[in-house]
Amino acid sequence: MSVDQKTVRHIARLARIAVRDDELEALARELNGILDWVEQLGEVDATDVEPMTSAVAMAMKMREDVVTGTNLQKEVTRNAPGAEDGFYVVPKVVE
Amino acid sequence: MSDLTKLTLAAARDALKKKEITSSELTGAYLKEMADAGALNAYVTTTADKAQEMAKISDAKLQKGEGGALEGIPLGIKDLFCTKDVPTSAGSHILEGFVPPYESTVTANLWRDGAVMLGKLNNDEFAMGSSNETSFYGPVVNPWRRKGSDARLVPGGSSGGSSAAVAAKLCLGATATDTGGSIRQPAAFTGTVGLKPTYGRCSRWGIVAFASSLDQAGPIARDVRDAAILLGSMAGHDEKDTTSVDRPVPDYEAALGQGIKGLSVGIPKEYRVEGMPKEIDDLWTRGIEWLKAAGATVKEVSLPHTKYALPTYYIVAPAECSSNLARYDGVRYGLRVEGRDITDMYEKTRAEGFGAEVRRRVLMGTYVLSAGYYDAYYLKAQKVRTLIARDFAEAYSEVDVLLTPTAPSAAFAIGEKSNDPLSMYLNDVFTVTVNLAGLPGISVPAGLSAEGLPLGLQLIGRTFDEETLLRAAYAIEQAAGFTAEPEVWWRA
Repeated sequence: MSVDQKTVRHIARLARIAVRDDELEALARELNGILDWVEQLGEVDATDVEPMTSAVAMAMKMREDVVTGTNLQKEVTRNAPGAEDGFYVVPKVVE
Repeated sequence: MSDLTKLTLAAARDALKKKEITSSELTGAYLKEMADAGALNAYVTTTADKAQEMAKISDAKLQKGEGGALEGIPLGIKDLFCTKDVPTSAGSHILEGFVPPYESTVTANLWRDGAVMLGKLNNDEFAMGSSNETSFYGPVVNPWRRKGSDARLVPGGSSGGSSAAVAAKLCLGATATDTGGSIRQPAAFTGTVGLKPTYGRCSRWGIVAFASSLDQAGPIARDVRDAAILLGSMAGHDEKDTTSVDRPVPDYEAALGQGIKGLSVGIPKEYRVEGMPKEIDDLWTRGIEWLKAAGATVKEVSLPHTKYALPTYYIVAPAECSSNLARYDGVRYGLRVEGRDITDMYEKTRAEGFGAEVRRRVLMGTYVLSAGYYDAYYLKAQKVRTLIARDFAEAYSEVDVLLTPTAPSAAFAIGEKSNDPLSMYLNDVFTVTVNLAGLPGISVPAGLSAEGLPLGLQLIGRTFDEETLLRAAYAIEQAAGFTAEPEVWWRA
């Protein structure tokens, strides 16, 4: 599997990272370098192996579904590059 | 260097308790060393006022014979840990100006026990790197230099600020995090001790996330005892992290005195990799002899999937990072670059806010998780991960602990590997297996290279058996008698 410039543009779009046209070739080369190297996993037969989902075997912990922190609007929006009256401000999304 | 900063954490703790020194004196001595060490670029933020205030409170407690396990001990904090009302950057432009309104659990535990915060330590951007060169705030410089050379060397990464600060005595100990070797490799490069605990031993809450199934916090310290003391405070159950484990925190320091008579040590034959420098191989052999002399039995074991660990890691870690880093959108915190519309704003913000290595990994992760490729890459990697963990489980049916080198080389020069991602990734060849399997590992300084640079040996333990790990590490430390220190060239 090899990544071409069109694919790089597509994944950059999915990742929401602007990429200039003159960066595409180098990025494709770097990603292909890494992908070629990880291809060696193809040698491993893992057909009947369960994928690892937890580094340490443990049962999923459950807790009561209750509110534990309240009235944090000021703290939560304190770091926003754009905030007004406790709300985030973003460019217009719906016309 | 003042005599006060020569004390280890354990010695300083004892002197504080006996009222031979005060925390204000000790903290003042460290703040002075930090102010003179700008050339190392280890700290990105100094919290001098806060440090002096915390020291004063500790002194009042110590005066009354009160105080916690770390009362009055000045520490450096990796800038990946959120600290309330103190800027936290993760070494990234995209978090510029971010001031957390909350405290990470690990640092809260340290303050609960009386520790004093000196400042925030530089690291690779979002902990992605093995040399501290990807930080937006510039590379950290290793206090160590090659014999007869003034070339600037890397301190390892991603916890390069932590390792450099401990080695240069700019703090008594430091917090760090390890996703693929980011505690142990920098410790090896700087002649310090780095302990990556079992996954789940320390809470991840409030630590800027990189790859959530691999990330784990731990200490970098001057010696094994100091690492044991720090882990005792950092570890513990936390309801805010569902992967944190609810089991008692043992007295790690007490484990050190127990010796290793009868301990069974495994030597994984697959770690004898091609092209490994002879001096590292020799160091490993010496480590085996030391453990035997201390009463351990040594046998060869096999971890057949070792060679697949790095490729597995470079699927799993980018995949998880691409998801974790989706939160940096220019809306809730940090940098925003305005655009034509909201998508344009996201794209411009992330293009400007992320450095080259972070962008590469986010793109790589997005690709391996994208439609049609998930099974071929991510699912396959998670299956191989099971096989790697199984290798370890089988080895631990025969032995108690494993001994390996920490890194395939000593510290390299700044710029030497930064244009070649794959050669940089190979730095983690001996450490990354431990993260994939969730095990605890520790790096102990064990000797000097021909060029006069520190080299480390790694011990790998069973899940939640940090006590045996520390016992064996202490035996290596005693036998190695590593007392070398970098010559102080950085003082302003």
